[in-house]
Amino acid sequence: MFGRDRSLTSLLNDTFIRGILFQALIAIGLLLSINWLADNTLSNLANQGKTLGFDFLTRTAGFQISPTLGTWMLDYKVGKSTYTDVYLIGIINTFIVALLGILAATVIGFTVGIMRLSDNLVFRWFSSFYVEVVRNVPLLLQLFFWYFAVLRAMPSKREKLELVEGVAGLNITGLYLPAPIVSDGFIYSFLSLIGAIAITFLVRRYALRRQAETGQILPMFWIGLSIILLLPVLVHYLNGSPLDWSLPEFKDTGPKLRQGYQSGAGMVLVPEMLAVWLALSLYTAAFIAEIVRAGILAVSRGQTEAAYALGVRPNVTLRLVVIPQAMRVIIPPLTSQYLNLTKNSSLAVAIAYPELVSVFAGTALNQVGKEVEMIFMMMMVYLTFSLMTAAFMNWFNSRVKLVER
Amino acid sequence: MKKLSFLSALCGAAMGFGAVASANAATTLEAVKAKGFVQCGVSQGLPGFSNADDSGKWTGLDVDLCRAVAAAVFGDAEKVKYSPLSAKQRFTALSSGEIDILSRNTTWTMTRDTQLGLNFAGVNYYDGQGMMVPTALGVKSATELDGANICTNTGTTTELNITDYFRTNGMSFNLVAFEKADEVVAAYDAGRCDVYTTDRSGLAAQRGKLTQPDSHVVLPEIISKEPLGPVVRQGDDQWFNIVRWSLNAMINAEELGISSSNVNMKKFQSKLAPSVARLIGKEGKFGEELGLSNDWAYNIIMQVGNYGESYEKHVGLNTPLKLARGVNSLWSKGGILYAAPIR
Repeated sequence: MFGRDRSLTSLLNDTFIRGILFQALIAIGLLLSINWLADNTLSNLANQGKTLGFDFLTRTAGFQISPTLGTWMLDYKVGKSTYTDVYLIGIINTFIVALLGILAATVIGFTVGIMRLSDNLVFRWFSSFYVEVVRNVPLLLQLFFWYFAVLRAMPSKREKLELVEGVAGLNITGLYLPAPIVSDGFIYSFLSLIGAIAITFLVRRYALRRQAETGQILPMFWIGLSIILLLPVLVHYLNGSPLDWSLPEFKDTGPKLRQGYQSGAGMVLVPEMLAVWLALSLYTAAFIAEIVRAGILAVSRGQTEAAYALGVRPNVTLRLVVIPQAMRVIIPPLTSQYLNLTKNSSLAVAIAYPELVSVFAGTALNQVGKEVEMIFMMMMVYLTFSLMTAAFMNWFNSRVKLVER
Repeated sequence: MKKLSFLSALCGAAMGFGAVASANAATTLEAVKAKGFVQCGVSQGLPGFSNADDSGKWTGLDVDLCRAVAAAVFGDAEKVKYSPLSAKQRFTALSSGEIDILSRNTTWTMTRDTQLGLNFAGVNYYDGQGMMVPTALGVKSATELDGANICTNTGTTTELNITDYFRTNGMSFNLVAFEKADEVVAAYDAGRCDVYTTDRSGLAAQRGKLTQPDSHVVLPEIISKEPLGPVVRQGDDQWFNIVRWSLNAMINAEELGISSSNVNMKKFQSKLAPSVARLIGKEGKFGEELGLSNDWAYNIIMQVGNYGESYEKHVGLNTPLKLARGVNSLWSKGGILYAAPIR
């Protein structure tokens, strides 16, 4: 409480009041700067004869985009599709390469990280060599290396390297795989897959309870695998297998330009995407390997020794004692590697993979010229992706973190 | 005290921003004179148009335009600094004030002229989009290209043109669009694409980078009009005029037969055709009306040369590009190059 005789000076000397006063001043200053910045942007744009607005999103886009998951999902047609479609194609293509990259980088990273701690000299040397080389070369160079090295090594457009006779093949224009053609009843096969996964979880709960009560262990891996594989397959065939495959088609007769894999048959993964995926996965995997190694080394040796003393076998020790504790150290830096990978995918613009930066901030921006709006829209996408990844990883982290009793 | 000093820093920063904002209000000519050089946006390396040599010296037809503006403003063609820009960066660099002129084989289109807040100051090369294919493909005309894989670079009108051409002719194709020309060339060279498409001048310039330049052929079809020219920001008419008339001076000089080798002689000649006298500043005050000195065009011709000289030096038949004058000849010689007169 303030006495009546307190002067202004002593009010200013009150830490509480002074704190509020300065914070308010800073907040006002910040708001004024933001206002000034926005105002200046608007007036500068007006000086340049430009206006702000998102009406361009409904205009049709008059350019072709290389065939990728995005163009396939949105059925992109020149002259019909709008700039909104172009935006979505960019998002889908960025998302898919980030997702595939995260999966591959995690698998490779964990493998290499564990290999670095192996007793086997060859494994240890190889993984050290891999980590030191890959993480010390700039990603853009690796992207160029993989793209052009892969391109030069491929058979030409009019030749092919068959991986599975008539089903999957490879040449410089891409990797050709069968494409699924879904008909009406396929939804049931899909639902049964989800059902099978749910059943597996229930069985697992039962198995854990049984183990706690009786000490007997069910072979959960084999049970789960057979439920997840058999149930959907059974439903699928009982339902008259409502799924067809479109096989890639290769021609080596006719006009020279028409030879090679035919568009419209099968599915193609363009070499640009493969190179981006490869480069992102290998690069990030080197960092993840180090994080994994650090995580495992952070678990005290005594834990392993205690497990051995109790007669627990080495692979079970790794799985049930070391890794759960290592995960607590691994997850936070792993999250930031995932975020890096997502953002690094924008480098794909250099090798013609039509992701967001290339197709939206490149081609579309050049046709439309709305820098402020389009860059803002693009930043929002990366921000959303990153926040989603971070949210998921935080949830995962809270699950594996040490539960104190 | 800590917070106080932060506040004063904030005020200082705000005043700093204010200073930048007020600097924007000055005309481009004043700003250029104050800093002592012209900042010129060029390509990242297109031989013949704008290309840096081993010592970092920029040369080319587009570079000569910037040098001409520097000669007109400062009387010294060397007072230019270059910003290599990708096709994508170029307009933003200009509208943000990072560069004063964009002279980077840029096509004049209505969208760019009306929607980007920029103005095209003229045309210094009439180009058209063409296509290059490997000779081994046996293709003689672009109409045989149904089903082709096509490489090009983003941030240009080429993607739009090639899409239009194939749609018009009812043909299908795949587009692989890179950010920079170097990667387009490398991918085309590796066989990723059947066709490389860009402006024909660009095809001529990039061909030298292929492993076997002679086993590729440029198809006869020209699928677009590509008037390439210098660009300035909208709303500064004085600077716009300086750039436009620097180009016009080079073209008029060729038409009047004034070149770097004879302009000095002309300056001391007493009897001159009035058009020549006006061009080299012996008559009238054309330079002053631009805000420059009256010998502005004399300096351009003396230090850079006329348009024909610049053309032959950088892209003509005696250069690796081997581009014939064609439509880029003067109107009086069967081309379409026609500059408004200085009078």
